[in-house]
Amino acid sequence: MRDKILFTLATVCAVILTWNIHTIFAEVPDELNQGAIFRIIYFHVPANILALSGFGIGMICSIIYLFTKNMRYDSIAEGVTEVSLVFATIGLITGSIWGRIIWGVWWAWDVRLTSFLVCWLIFAGYLMLRRAIEEPIQRARLSAVVSVFGTVDAYIVWKSIEWYRNQHPGPVLSIRNGGGMAPGMEAPLYWNLLALFLLSVILVMVRMRQESFAREIDSLRREAHSF
Amino acid sequence: MGFFHHVWTITHKDLRSELRTKEALNASLAFSMVILVLFSFAFDPSAEQIKEFSGGLLWMVYSFAGALALNRSFAREVHNDCLDALIASPIPPAALFLRKMFANFALLFAVELVSLPVFGLFYGVPWTGQIGWLLVVLVLGTWALSVIGTLFSALTINLRLRELMLPTLVYPMMIPALMACMTLTSDLLQGIPVTGENYTWIRLLVIFDVIFTALSIVFIDTVLIG
Amino acid sequence: MSTQYALEIESVWKYYGDFPALRDVGLRILRGSTVALLGRNGAGKTTLLRILAGLSSASKGAVKILGADVRQESTRRRIGVLGHGISLYDELSAMENLVLFGKLYGLPDPRKRAEEMLEQTGLIRVRDGLVREFSRGMRQRLAVGRAFLHEPEILLLDEPFTALDDRAIAVLQTLLRQGHDQGRTIVLSTHQLREAMELATDVALVQRGQLIFSGERTQEMLDDTGFLYRTYGEN
Repeated sequence: MRDKILFTLATVCAVILTWNIHTIFAEVPDELNQGAIFRIIYFHVPANILALSGFGIGMICSIIYLFTKNMRYDSIAEGVTEVSLVFATIGLITGSIWGRIIWGVWWAWDVRLTSFLVCWLIFAGYLMLRRAIEEPIQRARLSAVVSVFGTVDAYIVWKSIEWYRNQHPGPVLSIRNGGGMAPGMEAPLYWNLLALFLLSVILVMVRMRQESFAREIDSLRREAHSF
Repeated sequence: MGFFHHVWTITHKDLRSELRTKEALNASLAFSMVILVLFSFAFDPSAEQIKEFSGGLLWMVYSFAGALALNRSFAREVHNDCLDALIASPIPPAALFLRKMFANFALLFAVELVSLPVFGLFYGVPWTGQIGWLLVVLVLGTWALSVIGTLFSALTINLRLRELMLPTLVYPMMIPALMACMTLTSDLLQGIPVTGENYTWIRLLVIFDVIFTALSIVFIDTVLIG
Repeated sequence: MSTQYALEIESVWKYYGDFPALRDVGLRILRGSTVALLGRNGAGKTTLLRILAGLSSASKGAVKILGADVRQESTRRRIGVLGHGISLYDELSAMENLVLFGKLYGLPDPRKRAEEMLEQTGLIRVRDGLVREFSRGMRQRLAVGRAFLHEPEILLLDEPFTALDDRAIAVLQTLLRQGHDQGRTIVLSTHQLREAMELATDVALVQRGQLIFSGERTQEMLDDTGFLYRTYGEN
């Protein structure tokens, strides 16, 4: 049953992505100011949206875990945060490439890039912490706390970097022109968002299954060693 | 009354322990001196340049030296299983956390106060101009560092890679507070008082401190008892 | 204090991941009894004691100490714990250590009580010496003193006889007997069957996380220290 769901989702996701990529490259015209590179926005923005919401979902699942002590929520939290970190990486790389083409630099300390970088560091720390703890319940407990602290901090980071950059104006960021996209060009963005969302659901489900296997093996190992 | 009595008892113990061995104190002080010297070789800034990043430099010194002290705070309790005895005692874990935090705060603050004149000396930066506000920023920033550092120290005590995990977790979390402190300090060291825009930073620091102190008190039970 | 039971454990499970370190453990300990908790390494004795001491929480099941939850402040005040480590600060003196714990447990006159304890454990002459300069036996004696300091109604001791020198064993046995005479409830886990059996009124045997025997300590158990393991456990 679970496999069937995964398979269906994967097919739908593949179809949407293929169709979308075709649309993006074949049908959408080059943007006026930016040229061809503008297309990267179709991956950059969905990746960032999913990354940020993912971290938030991770925090919620962590809190639910702390209340219910149900390990499934810990698995979801881990899977979601991992996938979000991947998307954040994609966001950073695509942002960097865009910046290189448009601004001429591989990196610029603008609001969004910097905030994402800090978020990335915080949640990379979360994953490092998980790797460092062997016992599953302790791992779930401690990483849940880090997830809460990290997400609250991420929110503060966003607010404060906005202030910071307002005081020290840097390169004008215009990755999203506040809805200034021509109507025909926006649609692929939302389709991509859907496709990538489906992809993240698939990845999280696969990850969760891996986690439950790992836990079972761990407990068998302990049982074998205890006597 | 009882709660704060507990807090004071152990802060007192921690500080007395520390003063007796002076391990963390000496290490932090020495480290901050070393960094100050190293930075002067690395950057060799002009007077104009120094004005711009004096705050940044100073707080980097403080954070690095602070990490040394923070690592020790709960780590010291693991030796001889003292932490178990403390958790089993009637003292509420929140009180335990606060007293550790206060002890760390005192330690860090002492190191910072000593480093400040040295910094002023090495870089020719006058630091007495806005001393009142400077102390306020020092207090708020050190509080932030103490709260986050102490909580994560408690969190990482039993981990294999404790010394590595603590800075990995603490530094990214501290970025908003450090940004505020660096900006404010740069201005204050130039003798510019805290005005309009900078009040936002003070507010940010206060909010940061309040939120994370509250979160720490809420979560300390979960962190300590497994 | 309406309950006659010092400790009530009901259907307690403790999981480490998917592995149950304790399985459906149920035990009721009357006040005033001295229970020897026996079992091999890894059987679950330490896990059980830690849960009783409030250092760890059970995954499932209920634990009541003197009729109340162990994490309540008033309950913790009446429990004394001695774990594997000595739980003393190396850089403080013997006196300072005991006074600190006296204050933590809310004793009205910590200094006086600390001095009494130092007398009892034979450490009064080194009261101002730093713990890190003590010999192993001295540290153990001080640790025992710390556990008994606040005259707890319940004492939880995890392998207290391990690696003690003769003097420390004597001190511990005296304090335990005194404690028993004063009506305290004592639970001690041990490998040293002889010493445990002599002091114990009841015995509980843990194996693979399960409580496979609990009951009064009989003469048979005292005479033949391997009896329990052979009868109920694997050998």
